[in-house]
Amino acid sequence: MYQFSSKLKISAIALMVIGLIGIIIGFVSAPSTEAEVAEILAHQESHGAHGNTHATKEIAHHDAHAEEASHDAHHEVAKHDAHEAGAHTEGHSDHHLAHVLHQLQNRPWAAFYVALFFFTFVTVVVFAFLNIQRVAQAGWSIVLFRVMEGISGFLPYVSAIFIVFLVITAFHGNHLFVWMADGTVDPTSANYDELIANKSAWLNTPRWLISGIIYLVGWNVFRYLNRKYSLLQDNAGDLVNYYKNYKIGVAFLAFFIFTESMSVWDWIMGLDPHWFSTLFGWYVLATGLVSALTVIAMVTVYLKSKGYLEVVNNSHLHDLAKFMFGFSIFWSYLWFAQFMLIWYADMPEETVYFVQRFDDYKLLFLGMIPLNFILPVLLLVNSDFKRIPQIVLGVGTIILVGHYIDVFVMIMPGTVGDQWGFGITEIASILFFLGLFIYAVFTTLSKAPLIAKGNPFLHESEHFHY
Amino acid sequence: MSTNKVIHALYNDDDVLMDAVKTVKEANHHIEEVFTPFPVHGLDKLLGLPHTRLAICAFIYGLLGLSFAIWMTNYMMIENWPQDIGGKPSFSWIVNMPAFVPIMFELTVFFAAHLMVITFYMRSRLWPFKEAENPDPRTTDDIFLMEIPVHNNEEELTALLNTTNAVEIKVIEKH
Repeated sequence: MYQFSSKLKISAIALMVIGLIGIIIGFVSAPSTEAEVAEILAHQESHGAHGNTHATKEIAHHDAHAEEASHDAHHEVAKHDAHEAGAHTEGHSDHHLAHVLHQLQNRPWAAFYVALFFFTFVTVVVFAFLNIQRVAQAGWSIVLFRVMEGISGFLPYVSAIFIVFLVITAFHGNHLFVWMADGTVDPTSANYDELIANKSAWLNTPRWLISGIIYLVGWNVFRYLNRKYSLLQDNAGDLVNYYKNYKIGVAFLAFFIFTESMSVWDWIMGLDPHWFSTLFGWYVLATGLVSALTVIAMVTVYLKSKGYLEVVNNSHLHDLAKFMFGFSIFWSYLWFAQFMLIWYADMPEETVYFVQRFDDYKLLFLGMIPLNFILPVLLLVNSDFKRIPQIVLGVGTIILVGHYIDVFVMIMPGTVGDQWGFGITEIASILFFLGLFIYAVFTTLSKAPLIAKGNPFLHESEHFHY
Repeated sequence: MSTNKVIHALYNDDDVLMDAVKTVKEANHHIEEVFTPFPVHGLDKLLGLPHTRLAICAFIYGLLGLSFAIWMTNYMMIENWPQDIGGKPSFSWIVNMPAFVPIMFELTVFFAAHLMVITFYMRSRLWPFKEAENPDPRTTDDIFLMEIPVHNNEEELTALLNTTNAVEIKVIEKH
């Protein structure tokens, strides 16, 4: 049995407290009036021409909204017009202030949301990976099942926070999702947006909220059942619970492959409602898979360094690292497949997504590629390196940082535009969820033996040798 | 006493063979060669064979393929017959690079795979019409064969091999 050491528990609680304080600071310090925004923008302007280019872009934005045609197609055109005119009228700058106010008010929400989504998604994908192992009746990974179950134990905590977040968002507690604004589907409204109106069969708040809750509750029900039968199997004389878990795994994977895509459309792609990508669900799944395998490997290495999991040998670590390596390439493939088709076709309504990321997030957007592709490939390509815990931890850290940036660059442009930063709230959100993660995962781990001894393939796993 | 004498011990199961290799190694005898119908997992480690360097070759061949693809796309699509790629007539390799990534990927794989196979054949001294080197044709079917050189210890070796569940043990004069 694993003992949750009081030192680790205190660190986890400290992380949560520090994180919570940082998040509250972020919300309190967000500007509440346009006067404050004007001051902030004046400050930015004194640091260079940043504010100026920003203003022209925003005018373009609103011009395009006013016209009922494709916002994105007009984006570039309007931008040039604004440049040529070289003048900002009073009405425009008022409009602009209101827009920046919304973006700055969104920032603490978005910072919190990036961390919330990242941790929730990684946790549910760890659970999905556990079920893939069950359904495939894999032999090598049985000694890691309790680690995966422990990480899945984080799911109820984040899901509860996520549902509260969804309800607040649906009731206009924040403005992260522009399509939720009043009047976007009303042709008589100044806010009317034809593209959003055309998608309103899917993009409407009641549907969004209800399905969001269904995804999360569904995942949690499967996790609860899986854990229950896994524990019952430990002391069972027959394999009834084992077969039940097999069937639950099949049902979960069928449920998950649909809800994963749909949740990603709802929670991420909906932030840029004019844009769409048909492989977006896969792309985010790849981010989740590589991060999930990294988290499993890291928790395993930690437990092993504390003297637990005696039967886990370096072949198990090697195979986890091999998955990290493989899924890094899979992510790069999907990232590039999405980028190249849009780059090749060069249609304004599709390129807008990448134009915004190249303009305002260039360092992060391009910096992801060495972090998520080149470094993992070069560092993990060697079979011997995959067995060294320090290298797995090091590359794992690179991968987690890289994929956190990936999620950051997915969420931030649609919510805060170029008003992004990496300050107290962004860091505090990570610390808060990291603390909660440590607390929840190691509490779950301490509640059951670290080896699922009732599993019929346990012997094969103990002697697994690559 | 000829030093060309070898013992052939034949086995019909890979697990039995592995145990036999362990036994012979523990008795400090040198194993010249093992012939198996399929690759036996872990046998190379047991025999103390050095790790293959083919992977390093593969990496270098991959880099060679990548370099060749970069040169080739630049020569064909930019220099020799400049192409307007995707409606973006930039005539610059780096700006058109996304279009060349699939070619770079494929040629990396192509070079690594083909050159690695050729290297493997050369290193293993295999070429068309070469006469087989395995001492018993059954090793291509279902029999595992262990070859141990004899140095005035024929009886001792035979006795040892008899304890390892060999299906057949024979002493052979190697030419």
